Amino acid sequence: MALLDIRDLHLAMRSFDGEAHVLNGISLSVERRQVWGLVGETGCGKSLTGLSVSRLVPTPPGRYMRGEIRFDGRDLLAMPERQVAALRGTRIGMIFQDPTTNLNPAFRIGTQLVDVALAAARRKPGVLAGGGRRAAERLAVQMLEKVGIANAAERLQDYPHQFSGGMRQRVLIAMALVGQPDLLIADEPTTALDVSVQAQILRLIRSMVDEFDMGVLMITHNLGVVAQSCTHVAVMYAGNIVESGPVRDVLMHPRHPYTQALLAAIPTRGTARGALRGLAGAVPNLIAPPPGCRFAARCGRVSAACTVLPPLTGALHRTACHHADHADA
Amino acid sequence: MLRFVLRRLMLLVPVMFGLTVMMFIIARLLPGDPVGLAAGPNATQAEIAAYARDFGLDQPVWVQYGRYLWGLLHGDLGVSIFSRRPVLADLIAYLPATMELVFAAMALAVGLGIPAGLAAAVWRNRWPDYASRVAALAAISMPRFFLGLLLQLTFAMWLFWLPLGGRFPIILEPPPTVTGFLTLDALFAGDWEAFVTACRHLALPAIAMCLSPLATIMRMMRASTIEVLQQDYVMTARALGLPPRLIVFKYVAKNAVSATLTVIGLYFGWLLGGTVLVETVFDWPGIGLYATSAIVSQDFMPVIGVALVIGLMFMLVNLLVDVLYGVINPKVRYT
Repeated sequence: MALLDIRDLHLAMRSFDGEAHVLNGISLSVERRQVWGLVGETGCGKSLTGLSVSRLVPTPPGRYMRGEIRFDGRDLLAMPERQVAALRGTRIGMIFQDPTTNLNPAFRIGTQLVDVALAAARRKPGVLAGGGRRAAERLAVQMLEKVGIANAAERLQDYPHQFSGGMRQRVLIAMALVGQPDLLIADEPTTALDVSVQAQILRLIRSMVDEFDMGVLMITHNLGVVAQSCTHVAVMYAGNIVESGPVRDVLMHPRHPYTQALLAAIPTRGTARGALRGLAGAVPNLIAPPPGCRFAARCGRVSAACTVLPPLTGALHRTACHHADHADA
Repeated sequence: MLRFVLRRLMLLVPVMFGLTVMMFIIARLLPGDPVGLAAGPNATQAEIAAYARDFGLDQPVWVQYGRYLWGLLHGDLGVSIFSRRPVLADLIAYLPATMELVFAAMALAVGLGIPAGLAAAVWRNRWPDYASRVAALAAISMPRFFLGLLLQLTFAMWLFWLPLGGRFPIILEPPPTVTGFLTLDALFAGDWEAFVTACRHLALPAIAMCLSPLATIMRMMRASTIEVLQQDYVMTARALGLPPRLIVFKYVAKNAVSATLTVIGLYFGWLLGGTVLVETVFDWPGIGLYATSAIVSQDFMPVIGVALVIGLMFMLVNLLVDVLYGVINPKVRYT
């Protein structure tokens, strides 16, 4: 049984213009020690997929129309909020994009970390050996050391604004992992950071995967991040997963026209000036989307068959396209 | 931090100086014959002139002002031409009553307004929000003296629950003075009965005074809480598994209070100046009532004294608020 198994998830969001069908049948499963990259352009629904797993999408305006999010075999969407809340921090951890806005500016790092540890320990006694505030403080120091913050014991007394962006992201990772979650959802954890710091943070997350024996769902729009730190990847387009599988297979042998176009758009050293290849056209309107494949309007291989939504097919390397490129499969 | 406080305290000097100038000018510009009033209806012209000479009121205004300032530097706030009592002694006698009333009203306003504002924001657009909105509108739009009269009618005249006015019954022995606040002094003396009596007298005027700051603080707190609730770190706190109650009462409340703090400081000064009506309605022996009787008899030294005290308190409270900002928001630096 997979740790996380999302099946045919449909989510609509109410907006001023009408209800947008933002997730259109997402299927994805994550095992322990797998790092899944969820890639796609802005607005394709990757963050909403991540938030859905923590059940942090406000409903309304959100509305789940169909599907299941099975975590350890139980459907999160069918659970009452109290039970989902009990999973947060101890079973499902989350880190977010912007470390400057995700720490509370009015409280010391230590206070925040200790409160998270205490909250986790109440539901998972194994988190704190011995229990109590003193044990939580010791654990907080250990966690900060583990994520690579020097002078951890002293830095507990500091406020978030006294840390750099990369350090703050480390603190947030420490907070997300203090409850020893089985699944970590990382929503663009490196987007707001310098390139050199990005690499450090990605290595840190990778090293934590084995230590905590957890699965990771890493949301990003950066294929470089995926290549560097993921074992698997799912490519999203306009609310659909169009292609998924082991990183090597998908990046080396993309079958879906969208994945192929994405990879072709990455400039390499040999790319001549002015020879960048973008993708013509724009993302469809999700309030009244065209029937069938949502990529059809921008696709070079479009045919009459494309008015019917193609299912995600295949064993390990899966593709949702009627004209998938199977030449090298 | 210490330098900041010292600099602000030094700023008090020019402000207080300006206040004396303004009050002096206004007092002289007003029509009327204070000396004639004070000397009595049967006084002759010669007696009135002698009376004026006694108080130095025959001198030009700038000489009077100079003498006043000189006195002020030596802790002398002048003398009432009516009672011939020094203004400073009167203020020391009356100020604690006013401060007790203002503190009680502010304690009610802050103690109820902040939780109510939090509740209204958390249950936004549900019944606690609607109820508090209607209550706030009613509280803001009702004049305080009218509210005072309504409270007197209801709780003193019909229900006989609380006394109509005054601060402490004359027939009873008040507790020995320590702070000048009767409620606190009664507690210090261990006199439970006196404490209850003092509270019963304090209740109606404090309620009459607290309602509009209560309403404002509640609305401010609601607005800033709604803003804080939308911050990323609140979502993060939920995702990290912090219990909702801890998130609201600890993590959100501290961030939201800092915006409300400004209003609390301003209202404090506003209440000090605004005790006049409430003290008159409830016959509360504070500086408001003192100022009212002085104004009626055109006795200006007490009026200037009261204005100076209110100005001083207002500045000190706002300094305290600025210092509290730093406690709440660690990013604030004092320079």
